[in-house]
Amino acid sequence: MSIKIVAKTGNEAMAEAMRQINPDVVAAYPITPATEIVQLFSNYVSDGKVDTEFIAVESEHSAMSACVGAATTGARVMTSTSSQGIALMHEILYIASGLRLPIMICGVNRALSAPISIHCDHSDTMGSRDAGWIQILSEDAQEAYDLTIFAMKAAEKVLLPAMVTSDGFIISHAMSRLDMYEDKKVQDYLGEKKPAYTSLDVDNPITIGPLVVQDYFMEIKRGQIQAIIDAKKQLPILLEEFNKTMNKNYKVIEEYNMEDAEYAIVALGSTAGTAKYITDKLRQEGKKVGVVKPLVFRPFYGEDLVKMLENLKGIAILDRSDPQSAMGGPLFTEITSAFYGHEKQPAARNYIYGLGGRDISYDDIKDIFKDIAEYFEKGKKEEAVKYITIRE
Amino acid sequence: MPTIKELTRTGDLFTSGHRACAGCGGTIILRLLMANAGKNTVVGAATGCMEVVSTIYPYTSWDVNFVHNAFENSAATVSGIETAYRALKKKGKIKKDIKFIAYGGDGGTFDIGLQSLSGAVERGHNMLYLCYNNGAYMNTGIQRSSATPFGAHTTTSPAGSKIKGKMQQRKDLTEIMIAHDMKYVAQATPHNWSDLSNKINKALALNGPAFINVLSPCPLGWGSDPAQSIQIAKLAVETLYWPVYEYENGKYKINIKPKKPKDIEEFLFVQNRFKHLKNEKELIDKIRKHLNEKWNELLNKEKCTN
Ligand SMILES: Cc1ncc(C[n+]2csc(CCOP(=O)(O)OP(=O)(O)O)c2C)c(N)n1
Repeated sequence: MSIKIVAKTGNEAMAEAMRQINPDVVAAYPITPATEIVQLFSNYVSDGKVDTEFIAVESEHSAMSACVGAATTGARVMTSTSSQGIALMHEILYIASGLRLPIMICGVNRALSAPISIHCDHSDTMGSRDAGWIQILSEDAQEAYDLTIFAMKAAEKVLLPAMVTSDGFIISHAMSRLDMYEDKKVQDYLGEKKPAYTSLDVDNPITIGPLVVQDYFMEIKRGQIQAIIDAKKQLPILLEEFNKTMNKNYKVIEEYNMEDAEYAIVALGSTAGTAKYITDKLRQEGKKVGVVKPLVFRPFYGEDLVKMLENLKGIAILDRSDPQSAMGGPLFTEITSAFYGHEKQPAARNYIYGLGGRDISYDDIKDIFKDIAEYFEKGKKEEAVKYITIRE
Repeated sequence: MPTIKELTRTGDLFTSGHRACAGCGGTIILRLLMANAGKNTVVGAATGCMEVVSTIYPYTSWDVNFVHNAFENSAATVSGIETAYRALKKKGKIKKDIKFIAYGGDGGTFDIGLQSLSGAVERGHNMLYLCYNNGAYMNTGIQRSSATPFGAHTTTSPAGSKIKGKMQQRKDLTEIMIAHDMKYVAQATPHNWSDLSNKINKALALNGPAFINVLSPCPLGWGSDPAQSIQIAKLAVETLYWPVYEYENGKYKINIKPKKPKDIEEFLFVQNRFKHLKNEKELIDKIRKHLNEKWNELLNKEKCTN
């Protein structure tokens, strides 16, 4: 297989993946830090590098609405957005998944207003974590590229929409090495989309999006829930297929330096990369530390995480968003509830960090490892949720 | 243009069995719409009475492909369908010629869906957008919209001892759509089936966006006799409450010009939504004056553009 090695930002990597996917329809609206994806893609359309019909809609609400309309025809459909854009789409995200339409968002994580900020945190896509979408967070530009290609196929296999995101600016605007596949390789991997139903078959008309009241609503919703439960089994298999085809080694949950680890950081996106680097350093000092990175946040692999984490002394769970008076950040509450009733109960502490793009440094990561060890040794006396990378 | 006899034989693409109220103007409009549009049509609907009454799972009144997404986005949704159609046709995956229709009530069109409609029209999608305009949010129980006429009682502009119903004039959306430089924009009512059919056919023959604003009597919301819906629609035209006109390639044409317009009271007081205005001479004068001004404006526009 021939690979082209190039230097690309996260946004360029995602735009390249979209170009290679060559979807039938893209409906999108600009927002920092995702704007560039939309701009680059518009260029591909203007230069005839894709066959896509591009709809430059007047809002993200209409972007997702047009995507839903387009997807009912069985077309391959994508969009790109961030932050306020995801929030504006919120209503229609549920309709996309409820109608089982495999739409893809190439997202870039950015804080939700107010205060307005263009920088990274995960409050935007975490705010849609109950919307029935597959959610994948990438650690770097390579992952943003690979996982966009993977998620398009996975979404179409399990008939659910998917969002792949990269950390705003940290990944989206940082240049790094990108290994690109040949266009044909991507096209062959995806194959032709063959929808079971289409709103364009005028000889076999269907009604999409009817009113469903008490007599059927729950059965239909339960069916949708089953689809994402089934997707949880499907995704690792599909990822294995991707790995084989593209010569990669992705896992829905990645473990790093975890063989004999006593303490681990669980983190999403780019921070996991920083943490991996630090564990390499700390390992040289003889510290038994590792990193667990959920690549896929929805569906949530709680049971797998418990297996990976149960023998630790302490787990430091990092959240780049805060649900405001819950029992911690989204990753923390999911993992601790997965541990409920489990015989082994490692100490678990939640570190809320990096809101609005606040940097998380090597030293911060080292401090977290120090803190989680103390937390375990002192018998979990302090509050479980801790705010870091902050002046307090 | 088909004859009424031919129209009755076009098959029931919007079938009976839906749950609309007796005397509902909306379902009459939709039936006529589909009789003219024919089978090779995709319809997108905004949330509202017409969507709710016609697609109660597991039943549907639609014998064409029908897509309901949400309340404020039928134009955006159909722009997606229409675009996908072009993409798939280009690739040879679709062979047939298909027409696209989006519809919504006045709430879904004048208010919450205005941006989506404006965007779709500006982008030039090949679709007819039809608004069945019953002058309020009927589905949620008769709340005011920006299409609700001055003085009308609704549940959010109630006629009370101090305030006599809605105290603002309705928005002139038809003119707003004309300001989009559309090739075809029209107002119609279901009382004149041939005029409405003609407009539907003109709109669907275009290669681009068209907009039709159709007055839609609502016995429940207007407090009118269900048996009189069509008659009331006619009165609306005869009293200049609802001018029936079209704007085609830059030219206005008033399709129905009442020789001797009837007084507005004849329209108002067959409906309970205006009954509190019975002794409000000033307010009625205000309505009359506004309608006359708008009518004269329209006559002038017709003159200037022809
Ligand atoms: C975003 C959103 N807001 C509010 C509603 C509730 N709602 C459903 S239909 C409707 C009113 C519809 O009014 P209109 O468009 O005039 O159509 P009609 O019911 O009169 O046929 C409202 C307010 C909704 N479904 N979605």
